[in-house]
Amino acid sequence: MQAIKETLNARRLLCPLPVIRTQDKVKQLKPGDLLEVICTDPGVMHDIPAWCRINGHTVLETSSGNHEYIITIRVGE
Amino acid sequence: MSKQRKAVALISGGLDSMLAAKVIMEQGIHVEGINFFTGFCVEGHTHAIREHNSSKPNRNNALWVAEQLGIKLHIVDVIEEYKKVLINPRHGYGTHMNPCLDCKIFMVNKAKQWIVENDFDFIITGEVIGQRPMSQTKSKMPIVSKQSGADDLLLRPMCAKNLPATLPEIEGWVDREKLYSITGRSRKPQMEMAKEFGIEDYSQPAGGCCFLTDKFYSAKLVDLWKAQGSKDYELDDIMLLKVGRHIRPKPHFKLIIAREEGEGRFLQGYKKEFISLHCSSHPGPLALIDGELSAEDIYFSARVVARYGQGRDAEQVDITVTEKDGSDRVIQVKPFAKEEVPNEWHV
Repeated sequence: MQAIKETLNARRLLCPLPVIRTQDKVKQLKPGDLLEVICTDPGVMHDIPAWCRINGHTVLETSSGNHEYIITIRVGE
Repeated sequence: MSKQRKAVALISGGLDSMLAAKVIMEQGIHVEGINFFTGFCVEGHTHAIREHNSSKPNRNNALWVAEQLGIKLHIVDVIEEYKKVLINPRHGYGTHMNPCLDCKIFMVNKAKQWIVENDFDFIITGEVIGQRPMSQTKSKMPIVSKQSGADDLLLRPMCAKNLPATLPEIEGWVDREKLYSITGRSRKPQMEMAKEFGIEDYSQPAGGCCFLTDKFYSAKLVDLWKAQGSKDYELDDIMLLKVGRHIRPKPHFKLIIAREEGEGRFLQGYKKEFISLHCSSHPGPLALIDGELSAEDIYFSARVVARYGQGRDAEQVDITVTEKDGSDRVIQVKPFAKEEVPNEWHV
């Protein structure tokens, strides 16, 4: 498994702020890099995958537990 | 071969901006969406904080619209810059604390900056003449174009035929004949258009997409400004105005009491910034106290909080008071009776 390049702490932020922070972080990464985003707003489980689909990035994994939601993204071209 | 022209569409998540983008895409223009987050956007927050309302889809409609259209969406954080729009709007407020005309000018101006930075050709919005009393009237539309600096680079495809031709029309990038002339508050023409484009699912926000058009939210904002003695705010302030019952028994402090579990979880995140109270002898909500309080004020607040828990009819309940540093203590209080918490305290 490829190593996570960066982890973004988006806890306590409400959508769309986790999406905005993800968008800003992705701009700093290279295609193929993996970004892990940790959130507490359950809305991210819809919004971050939607943002990834329309912007050409891939959600590799989502998980949740203890009121936290973790999304792993592979940065697209 | 002619140059591929590019437009950025202001996407709110509603039907009008979706249709405006679609109309221009149909003319072969490359369209991308832009959405501005002011901190007051209804999108996302209510479902994020509160337990889910099953009658509404749990989604961000701007993202959803972009996906339906097959376009990119750029979400821009304008929280800091928006403060000057709200605190001192040149064109004043609407019915509540909504500075709609200044807001539209601000957003179109930001879009103008964006097209310059990203080498796009023009801006489109879903504005319709007569749709909104403050910002979308025939007399206000030229004001938005001019004061935003967008001038004739701002095209409103839904009502373009009722307005002077813009540069994209004059230059022939878009065919004016294929644009629309919708006016008024009726939604029928838009619904017909949606049908023609095969769009069956769309959001129709009844109260607009901004908390500032909400009477109760606006009252809380005014109360906040009055209590702190100045028109200013941080993001946390305006987030907290969306959550819980706000009860101000005295001018120097306010209680924010969770109304359900989702709000309670959200308020938990602020326990390092505020003294918090919860009933430990009976089930009850979490409450934050905003203000500088004496011991007497805390005792008084505990009686208010006890009123909203299941021990409200008990002779005495235990209330745990947690300081910002996490230390806590328990005090015994008699819950206030219903008539002892007058309506005037509710912000």
